[in-house]
Amino acid sequence: MKKDHRTNTEQYTRLNSRADLDRLAEANRDLVALRHEQAERDPNRKVQVELLVCGGTGCHSTGAGVLMENLRQALVAHNVDWAKVVQVGCLGFCAQGPIVLVMPDNIFYVKVQPEDAERIVTEHVIKNEIINDLIYVDPETGEYVPHHADMGFYRKQKRVALRNCGLIDPEEILESIAVGGYQALAKCLFDYTPQEVIDVLKASGLRGRGGAGFPTGVKWQFAANNQGEKKYVICNGDEGDPGAFMDRSIMEDDPNSVVEAMTIAGYAIGAHDGLIYVRAEYPVAVWRLQTAIHEARMLGLLGKNILGSGFDFDIKISLGAGAFVCGEETALIHSAEGHRGEPTRKPPFPAESGYMGLPTIVNNVETFANVPIIITKGAEWFSSIGTEHSKGTKVFALAGHVNNIGLVEVPMGTTLREIVFEIGGGVPDGKAFKAVQTGGPSGGVITTENLDTPIDFQSLGAIGSMMGSGGMIVMNEDNDMVEVARFYLDFTCDESCGKCTPCRIGTTRVRELLDKLLELRGDMETLTILKQLCNAIRDSALCALGQTAPNPVLSTMRYFPEEYERYARREVRKYYSINPELCIGCTRCVKACPVDAISGTLRQPHVIDPEKCIACGACHKVCPVKPDKAIVLPR
Amino acid sequence: MSKIDLSMDALDPAKLKEIDALVESLPDPSGSLIQILHKAQSLFGYLPPELQLYVARKVGVPAARVNGVVSFYSFFIENPEGKYNIAICLGTACFVKGAAEVLEKFRTELNLPKEKSRTDDGLFSIAEVRCIGACALAPVLRIGDKIYGHVKPADVPGIIQHYRDLEEEG
Repeated sequence: MKKDHRTNTEQYTRLNSRADLDRLAEANRDLVALRHEQAERDPNRKVQVELLVCGGTGCHSTGAGVLMENLRQALVAHNVDWAKVVQVGCLGFCAQGPIVLVMPDNIFYVKVQPEDAERIVTEHVIKNEIINDLIYVDPETGEYVPHHADMGFYRKQKRVALRNCGLIDPEEILESIAVGGYQALAKCLFDYTPQEVIDVLKASGLRGRGGAGFPTGVKWQFAANNQGEKKYVICNGDEGDPGAFMDRSIMEDDPNSVVEAMTIAGYAIGAHDGLIYVRAEYPVAVWRLQTAIHEARMLGLLGKNILGSGFDFDIKISLGAGAFVCGEETALIHSAEGHRGEPTRKPPFPAESGYMGLPTIVNNVETFANVPIIITKGAEWFSSIGTEHSKGTKVFALAGHVNNIGLVEVPMGTTLREIVFEIGGGVPDGKAFKAVQTGGPSGGVITTENLDTPIDFQSLGAIGSMMGSGGMIVMNEDNDMVEVARFYLDFTCDESCGKCTPCRIGTTRVRELLDKLLELRGDMETLTILKQLCNAIRDSALCALGQTAPNPVLSTMRYFPEEYERYARREVRKYYSINPELCIGCTRCVKACPVDAISGTLRQPHVIDPEKCIACGACHKVCPVKPDKAIVLPR
Repeated sequence: MSKIDLSMDALDPAKLKEIDALVESLPDPSGSLIQILHKAQSLFGYLPPELQLYVARKVGVPAARVNGVVSFYSFFIENPEGKYNIAICLGTACFVKGAAEVLEKFRTELNLPKEKSRTDDGLFSIAEVRCIGACALAPVLRIGDKIYGHVKPADVPGIIQHYRDLEEEG
């Protein structure tokens, strides 16, 4: 995690012009020269082979750290000084981690164990022989797929926001500059007026990637129009949707794009101060952002008189402390000011009165990550991707009951079927697909009938879900939808800030109603009340968290009414059963059962007749077995 | 904060000095309350009522505001963790793959009902956390720096025993 290999330290001198930046980029091309598909081994080069090890959380937790160390040691042991190990950002295919990508050979090794390091060095690096048993095997065709571009997982993806993730060392600004980093900033500072930058953003059709999808250019325009001595650019890195990790990957893997984009935003709206609000639970992201900011300052890409343009901008980091509601922009601003992160009514919008009462724009990490490439490649290029009202791509964190768990980026308009079945490789263990939850605790389920809906902001809203920040959880036939709704409500109750009554009390009541159903104490009227309450919360809560909190309930009720009705009619048979391995045969439960459903004699395991059992729990209460009782109520 | 009578004698003065230094270095301590609390928690491991009161007095804000902030954010804890804190991910991806059963198993094995987070010997504590971003390993939990993936309820006794053994070996 700590930086240990500062190459070209002498080149960290201040850049005073655009030409300086170009020269620095040119001088460092070599750093990334091997990482193109066209690159080939060249015995005249100092570094002929690079072993790119994925440093994402998924790979790291399965041993990538040790693996990297072993690879370094093996290179030393075999006197290979013409190959090097590089820790890059997340390559996205978490399910197959740890991943090692060998460049320029372009061989993608999966599920590499620390003990494989020796073989990779002796067989692949030295002899240039592919190690077959570390190659990904297509589960459908059974064929070996050595190049990741050929894998189902990557084939349909289009990497725009994630363009540098997995390609560069995120802790080395020179690698970022070598692949074109900060060129967009230079273009803005020297070729465009602030209004022209905003016009490009507007023309591109970029919409906020945090969930609501507000047009970014319009937001910037509001802030630019508001006169003020001081303005703020805030990056929302408070990724709270459980099961979503897009923003973290961008902050960890390509922090310089975020820094660059915020500076561009500052130039566009007339701000000189930026603030990144990031969760304290993301220590690696915090560290890498700090590194990027520090290096950018040294190079004069942040601070006074950036690239000699006369424009000043600097960024500080504000640590969050874990509260889902802080993803809401007004709540985030209060939190950054050191208060409880409670939202306030809009208007006034932050663009008028935000951080410290100053005009402020708040944009999501992924939104910012799109900005530099839009400036470089143009609005027309960006708006050629996607659908009529949703341009560009969207990053999704694909997880749950799906084969290829990982981070995927697809053009807007891609269907869910393509994501779940082609990129995701379908549902494992031969189970049937049941639904996908998008939008996290604010979203809803999408079922088989809507699998062919092209995904964009409008279409997801129309089918009762929402784009959200990009969490995508696949559920299989075993997942009980009432339980899923209960899970989300548990989350929103926990995260409700308590400021407004509909959310504070309403979500708790919804959770209680779901409990009533699940514990077979409800009836059909419970369902009516549930629906009414959900609609009331939606109409009356203060902020988006409260307004969308009932969505998981309403959407599962809409698509799986029969599951709710089964609970309401108490047709879900629940009965206790005895684990014969734990039962000591004490007969206490036999005596306690009010309906004589338990049979058995002393010192022999007892048995409960499911037909007679009324699930009253009397037997469970008296069972003396410890620590786990021998009697259980299977759900 | 339940106790009315708070004594700050139990707080390590050297650590308090570090907090003082931070507060004094900040142009707007009240606006940087969260940053100060992060520091305080990193020094003491948790934020007992005494420490919250200390911070409030130092910063010059009501203790109620400090406690309001501490109780609002899940990252701040008011009770000490065990030597081995078992952070069980309850993100959605883990939930649909059975994290709730794993949590339940830990609770029964360690005899920790919901309202109690730490074992009496101070060895273990349980924390329910939201998404640690290792969805490919769901259900997943973290003890110290170690990540356990694809955890099944049946694995739980073995995991606990591993740390008990570590303790005995010293």
